[in-house]
Amino acid sequence: MTVAVLVDANRCIGCRGCQIACKQWNENDEAIPTEENGVLSKNRGSYENPPQLSAHTWTRIRFTESDYNGKFHWVFTKLQCMHCEHPACVAACPVGALTKTAEGPVIYDDNKCFGCRYCMVACPFGIPTFEWDDPLPWIRKCTFCMERLNEGLEPACVKTCPTNALELGEREELIQKARERIAASPDKYVNHIYGEKEVGGTSWLYLSPVPFKELGLPELGPEPVSVDAERAMGAVPPVLLGVAATMAGIYWLCKRRDKMSQAKATKKEASE
Amino acid sequence: MMQQKRSFPIGTSILSVLVVLGLAVMIYRFINGLGAISNLSDGRPWGLWISFDLYCGVALAAGGFTLAGAVYIFRLEKYRPVVRPAILTAFLGYTLVILALLVDLGQPWYIWHIIINWNIHSPLFEVGMCVMTYTLVLALEFSPVVFEGLNKSNLPVVKRINWRIPWGVIRAIQIPLVIAGVVLSTLHQSSLGSMLLLMPTTLHALWYSPILPVLFLLTAIAVGPAMVIFESTLSNRVFGHKLETNVLSGLAKVIPYILGLYLLLKLFELMAVGEIGLIFTAYPYNLLWWGEILIGVILPIILFTLPDIRQSRKGVFWTSVLVILGLMFNRFNASILALGMRPGYLYFPHWMEFAISIGLVADALLVVWLAHRFLPIIQHEEVAEVKA
Repeated sequence: MTVAVLVDANRCIGCRGCQIACKQWNENDEAIPTEENGVLSKNRGSYENPPQLSAHTWTRIRFTESDYNGKFHWVFTKLQCMHCEHPACVAACPVGALTKTAEGPVIYDDNKCFGCRYCMVACPFGIPTFEWDDPLPWIRKCTFCMERLNEGLEPACVKTCPTNALELGEREELIQKARERIAASPDKYVNHIYGEKEVGGTSWLYLSPVPFKELGLPELGPEPVSVDAERAMGAVPPVLLGVAATMAGIYWLCKRRDKMSQAKATKKEASE
Repeated sequence: MMQQKRSFPIGTSILSVLVVLGLAVMIYRFINGLGAISNLSDGRPWGLWISFDLYCGVALAAGGFTLAGAVYIFRLEKYRPVVRPAILTAFLGYTLVILALLVDLGQPWYIWHIIINWNIHSPLFEVGMCVMTYTLVLALEFSPVVFEGLNKSNLPVVKRINWRIPWGVIRAIQIPLVIAGVVLSTLHQSSLGSMLLLMPTTLHALWYSPILPVLFLLTAIAVGPAMVIFESTLSNRVFGHKLETNVLSGLAKVIPYILGLYLLLKLFELMAVGEIGLIFTAYPYNLLWWGEILIGVILPIILFTLPDIRQSRKGVFWTSVLVILGLMFNRFNASILALGMRPGYLYFPHWMEFAISIGLVADALLVVWLAHRFLPIIQHEEVAEVKA
């Protein structure tokens, strides 16, 4: 029983109310993109703004113009932490500052982090951000509005969405709902729920009228990205003991060899 | 003669300037944040410092454990004259890694969190623990040299202390220390490869491989002797202690075997997953791949198997330089050049990033210079047997 959000790109009208709601609720009003504070969008010829996620922008809408099946599509993709089922950031964090909660959200704890940024490098979706201009910097990313969920409220972005393009629900139920929606209008949707299988599944699920590759979402297999690293880490204790034992053994053998040859030499000397 | 030896040569003043510049940048960083001194971004969170100071620094410090293992565990007495410089450079290498991390980490004063909050599934947890414990082990392994130096010194208070006591303690636990060093190095060198295992989707297929930890360990073992050859040749030049040619050629002889095993494993792995074709098709990444393989693996294997090269000091030195450059090329490829960036970002190190890295190397060179001046580094250890 984990919470999830279904994003239906066919319903999104690109109003970016979710971006604003996120900034308001999380008090991320610094660095509002104006020329004065030097963060004016470089995205010309688009309504898309700001151009990237940052420590002050935990969600944003990407605008994509796409020609698919002989039809023009203007698609709006909401980007934020995907809250993976098997998060790479949680596997990466050396101090366990990132955790996957039983309810679904992947949350971050300032009190443990020391700013190594491995989570940022490991994330297959490129989500966690860092406070680069702060002498006391932390990692920042979407929290799934965990404190709102705990009070029985929807996340700020979901609450504000005027077209129900964002729906909060139980993950399995939402997947079911998404399937029904695809089945009901197969000409409007590609037959793919992004996030159902990707890297072992995510808590944010997407429906789209065009292939997800067109939207700039990474093409990912069904295997969690942490599989090989977990296997390698599992080998650490046996390797530790094995190498220690081998080295001790070699030391003993070499010492014995030297002793024997020395004894031989003295014996030879004595007999002469 | 003595007068001349004590004075500070021109090289050391250049080094001192670089150290001071590095320090100034470091202070600037702690006031204004990482963004002010680096071109690191959300798209490229790890840059020059991680590739050069951490990835190359740790690998190039491998001479410490390979030589300590050879001399104290395999009892290859022939290499005893180079074991002290090797351990000193390893210790300095690790100190540099730690200093670089103090700049690179967002809030380095919380580094102790890693001691109380364990995430045993994180490769970086393993890296952190190994850096800390192995640096301690290296300090202890090197400490007899310091005690020996203090024992001989005529400084007022220092000469009253009986330095033979701690010296004797360290000698008593020397073998366990060396074994601990080998174990920690095995784990640490390989864990730098494990760290990249979390990036199967962003690290290029020519470098990503489930056996990366093994590949990283093997290249580290190969570069250890090469690094010792490199340093001892240079320190011969500067300080005038001449090493026997057969010590160097003996070290050189081992390298082709390890590099050969590495090359075979790497090729077999690419074939096993059906990606061997990429070495011809994955332009421009295949050029990087061929670059590191030719410079750091194939050429050294050929050169070091030629007896003429192994018998010549120049030949051994320059071939070792190839091994070292090839390893650095490999670490840069795997940790930055072939590691994908978030779309819409660019990265080239800021000059202050270079200033930090160069300043740290200058630090180490200064310490090496001081150690060779004031500590019994090159001496045969048995000369100073502890009788206490």
